[in-house]
Amino acid sequence: MTRNLIRSRTDKRAAACLIILAAIAAIAILLFIFQGLNQNNFDFNFPRRIKKIAAMILVSICVGYSSVVFQTITESRILTPGVMGLDSLYLFIQSFIVYLMGAEKLMRMNSSLHFILSVGAMMAASLIIYRLVFRAEGFNIYTLVLAGMIMGTFFRGISSFLQLLIDPNEFSILQGSLFASFRNINEKLLGVSCIIVAVSLFFTRKDISRFDVLGLSKDNAISLGIYYDSLIKRTMLVISALTAVSTVLVGPVTFLGILLVSLSREILKTYRHRYLIPGAVFMGIISLPVGQFISERLLSGNATVSVILNFIGGIYFIFILLKESRR
Amino acid sequence: MIEIQNITKKYGKKTVVNQVSAVITEGRLTAFIGSNGAGKSTLLSIISRLLKPDDGKVIIDGTEVLAWNQEELSKRISILRQSNHMNLRLTIWELVSFGRYPYSKGQLTEEDEEKIKEALEYTEILDLKDRYLDELSGGQRQMAYIAMVIAQDTRYIFLDEPLNNLDMKHSVQIMKILRKLVDDLGKTIVIVIHDINFVSCYADHILALKDGMLIKTGEKKEIINSDVLSGIYDMNIQINTIDGKDICIYYT
Repeated sequence: MTRNLIRSRTDKRAAACLIILAAIAAIAILLFIFQGLNQNNFDFNFPRRIKKIAAMILVSICVGYSSVVFQTITESRILTPGVMGLDSLYLFIQSFIVYLMGAEKLMRMNSSLHFILSVGAMMAASLIIYRLVFRAEGFNIYTLVLAGMIMGTFFRGISSFLQLLIDPNEFSILQGSLFASFRNINEKLLGVSCIIVAVSLFFTRKDISRFDVLGLSKDNAISLGIYYDSLIKRTMLVISALTAVSTVLVGPVTFLGILLVSLSREILKTYRHRYLIPGAVFMGIISLPVGQFISERLLSGNATVSVILNFIGGIYFIFILLKESRR
Repeated sequence: MIEIQNITKKYGKKTVVNQVSAVITEGRLTAFIGSNGAGKSTLLSIISRLLKPDDGKVIIDGTEVLAWNQEELSKRISILRQSNHMNLRLTIWELVSFGRYPYSKGQLTEEDEEKIKEALEYTEILDLKDRYLDELSGGQRQMAYIAMVIAQDTRYIFLDEPLNNLDMKHSVQIMKILRKLVDDLGKTIVIVIHDINFVSCYADHILALKDGMLIKTGEKKEIINSDVLSGIYDMNIQINTIDGKDICIYYT
């Protein structure tokens, strides 16, 4: 059977842009690793930077993939897992498990085990969100955005409350390993995270072309032979696992996703997920080290990376809201 | 052949489709008629598996619709809904190539390309193939969607109000294309349609719904009749024969 891959002009353009993005991302990675490195500090800096950049790449994959796909399954240009408060939900689940089991017991427990437990709980919770988002017909998109914002604040509030209830001494020991930020990347869980991401993406690799069809609309997708319900459920599970991974590595970054997915769309101008998803991931790999650089060098550590990303992403989000409401 | 057995659908307490049973025969153009809210679109959505009925069965070529392998079924039935709001910015060619998804899963073969081209020729929009959908008139856009369905190359085609918001020229053009699909290629087409004169001039078979119930079914000749239509629409409808076509006059 001859399978000619016939490519249109937009495809070629998108592929070319993608190669450029990949090149810039590679430069960003190399700069991050080798900048200011000399023989004296090599042994100290090199392994730490490798771990850090690995975490950033992993976060870019998680946030990029889940944001692009979440927009497709919700048929919107505004919603992302971050905007819907999924990362805050994960923080809540994590704190809740600590509260339930007691910090002492958890300290003795393998941190990977705790993580996997949290991911499991997160996936279960995402099915409830699925019902909220997809079964509530006639819900307008702005109601959902509002609900997501409230949910995010709510869960963050509840988790800080739970953290207050945990014994302060135990909490301070746990804090480092449980509540990460870009300055305090959770390197211990890098290995497990890699495995979770690799497994989820491997088992759903055939869905990439199905997402293209889903972009047409639910009805057209069903007409074209997509098992709609199971695809959406499966995708929600993957999104929640990926959100859990990114949150456990660097903490919640609400507006990073919207930034990555919108820039990827703007630059690549295609509907094909086989370009859009890598595009968003490369944007992440470019913007995270740059954010780190701005935070550490230009602002001398006065603002964290997530503050910077949320600031830029938040402004972009308002811009998109205004643009979409005019359509 | 498509068999519909005792289909019932409720929204809350309101029964939208009430115990409808019918058979849709092959190689014909069947029209669902009735007033707004009679349940036509809901019934069409149920038959084409977009909606699940609360009760009853739809059997397509001997197998229940939900028991079908959906990927195989998408090579046999296609459905086009009336509202096609879309987030994507696509060219006509890209849209129509989605019609080949059941066969090629996104990787077009030469055969797929040929089918897409045929569909575009059939709908006479081949010269517009690189234009973006949002640059087109409503009529041209609808043509592009019809072309997508044609490219899907299914035995059964369901269309929900394909003439909605179209001018006379495009409406007639679409009905002629559908007629050709039935007569030349032996397709089975089911449409929901409001303009009774288009039904009278182009359809073969009619299913009339009222308040969710199937009140009349039959050949065009039996239904396009002053008494029957008055019963369906609750208004006085006169039939005049002009150039051998039965034209309904209801502009009282």
